Amino acid sequence: MILAQSPPAASLTPLVVIGVYLALLLFLGVFSTRFFRGTSNDYFVASRSIGPFMLLMSVFGTTMTAFALVGSTAKSFDLGIGVYGLMASWSGLVHAAVFFLIGIRLWAVGKRYGYITQIQYFRDRFESRALGYLLFPILVLLVMPYLLVGLLGAGSFITGVSRGMFPEAFAATNGSIPPWLTGLVICAVVLFYVFFGGVRSTAWANTFQTIVFMIMGVVAFIMISNALGGAKAASQAVLEHAPTRAAREGMIGKAQFLTYMFIPLSVGMFPHLFQHWLTARSAKSFRLTVIAHPICIMIVWLPCILIGIWAAAMVASGDLRAPSNSNAVLGLMVNRYVDSNLLTGLLGAGVLAAIMSSLDSQFVCIGSMFTNDIVIPLAGRDRFTDRQKLWLGRGFVIAVVAVTYTVSIYNPAHVFDLGVWCFTGFAALFPLVFAAIYWRRTTRAGAIACVVTTVVAWSLFFADAMIFTERGYLGQKDPGTDEYLVQGVMAVTFIVAASIIALVGVSLMTRPPSQATMDKFFDPRGD
Amino acid sequence: MSAPHRTGMVWVVWGLVAALAVLHQDLWYWADTTLILGCLPAGLFYHAAFSLACGIVWALAVRFAWPTHIEEWADEFEPPSKGGSGS
Repeated sequence: MILAQSPPAASLTPLVVIGVYLALLLFLGVFSTRFFRGTSNDYFVASRSIGPFMLLMSVFGTTMTAFALVGSTAKSFDLGIGVYGLMASWSGLVHAAVFFLIGIRLWAVGKRYGYITQIQYFRDRFESRALGYLLFPILVLLVMPYLLVGLLGAGSFITGVSRGMFPEAFAATNGSIPPWLTGLVICAVVLFYVFFGGVRSTAWANTFQTIVFMIMGVVAFIMISNALGGAKAASQAVLEHAPTRAAREGMIGKAQFLTYMFIPLSVGMFPHLFQHWLTARSAKSFRLTVIAHPICIMIVWLPCILIGIWAAAMVASGDLRAPSNSNAVLGLMVNRYVDSNLLTGLLGAGVLAAIMSSLDSQFVCIGSMFTNDIVIPLAGRDRFTDRQKLWLGRGFVIAVVAVTYTVSIYNPAHVFDLGVWCFTGFAALFPLVFAAIYWRRTTRAGAIACVVTTVVAWSLFFADAMIFTERGYLGQKDPGTDEYLVQGVMAVTFIVAASIIALVGVSLMTRPPSQATMDKFFDPRGD
Repeated sequence: MSAPHRTGMVWVVWGLVAALAVLHQDLWYWADTTLILGCLPAGLFYHAAFSLACGIVWALAVRFAWPTHIEEWADEFEPPSKGGSGS
């Protein structure tokens, strides 16, 4: 008699390693509070004491998320090497430009006038409380998809890595840990250390996590490459089995490739990045970030892109089972080709590190914005005690995370594409911050027109892409890239253009800001 | 460094940044699948080199186009206590 036997469960070692890593993070969160100086300035901006290396690690870790590791591997699996040029090399140029032209200036103005959030700056610069109330929900709503990107990316990756570990408990997911459970654990860990130590804790955790995910990314690359017979053999297999992935012809349009340049402008308006900029000890602290950011991007993205195209070749050759969702590609490759449970666990920790190093900054900034931009302006500085304000901010963060987490359970869209819409919104607001810093003539009405136009234009394109999924009234899904394009061009191009026209046009038609405001925000030396 | 020389270098730096923006659109490697160093497709190799070039150009920007007065400006005003608690 032959008895039906279920396959043995996969080793739990990777999960134990990830569990230890998460415990280390919790410890780091608690430990960082030993350096807490007991002031709100320390809680929000770490007393502006962060040096060059920690600033680089925290800024880089914040900008790299599931989008960079899980999303880039998934996208290169689908579209090939062009994904690097689309996001990584554009980001190397544009992010550093934004840090140089915007970050340093905002750090200076933040230090000079004691700002903690972007909205405080915009309120004063444009002499308008209304602008603050208008911007708050927009920024929070734009951060939410970004949070979603992190949760979905973490869920997809752990699903791939834990395949077969729990055949009975999670039979519906082929023995994998379901994304809802991963999301729940990630949110709990990040909320814990963020609530404990504020921005200082976030900066410490980000530095640690960024080092972990950079090292682990390289280790994953070497391990997978060795398992495939070396990088040369693996890339040769791409030419044999999936040659389209080794070039851009037929995969990415030229106009799309060019107009992706607008997407990285989004970092100029990320509220969580603004808060990290303010933590810098001095303007000189930015120097390392400006120079090393493009190189750090290369260190993280290049291996991911190669792993993605190698995966395409392995699937085409029949060596790797095709994933049901491209986002699981990195997890599958690690699971299939890294022949060490310990290393698989460490790599899993590395991917989660990349994701959590963005989530923590976003959590802390949402709470800061709610307290400083809504509660204090509406209720007055003395209406609540410091402790009450702290809990109001935390309550708001928990509410936002709960909504995002609930949405994430329904796995709404491809991680990468969702991120692009979120970045599109922030990028379209970039003219606002650029003009606020460099164009004295920008007026309150111009700023409000810029924001309103961005909302209207973004909503139109987003609705067109979401409702009419294949062919909308304004644009259509590109059959090759699956990207929503307008005449082959990224929608962000038109939204940024509309935002600039509204800002400049309305500013020129309305009364300039007061001389006092100009004197307050513009250095007469004009350096 | 003399002021005119510094101003000249600032223009050079921003010229290099503009050149990088143009060079990003490498139509010449669009369909090229040649493997450089045996493992990097030509287009990917080019863009990895582009990232390194960005690091070099931004190092030049930091050296020659740094806003020297900004730190002084940030420090010369004592802000009133601002902010609150939260998160």
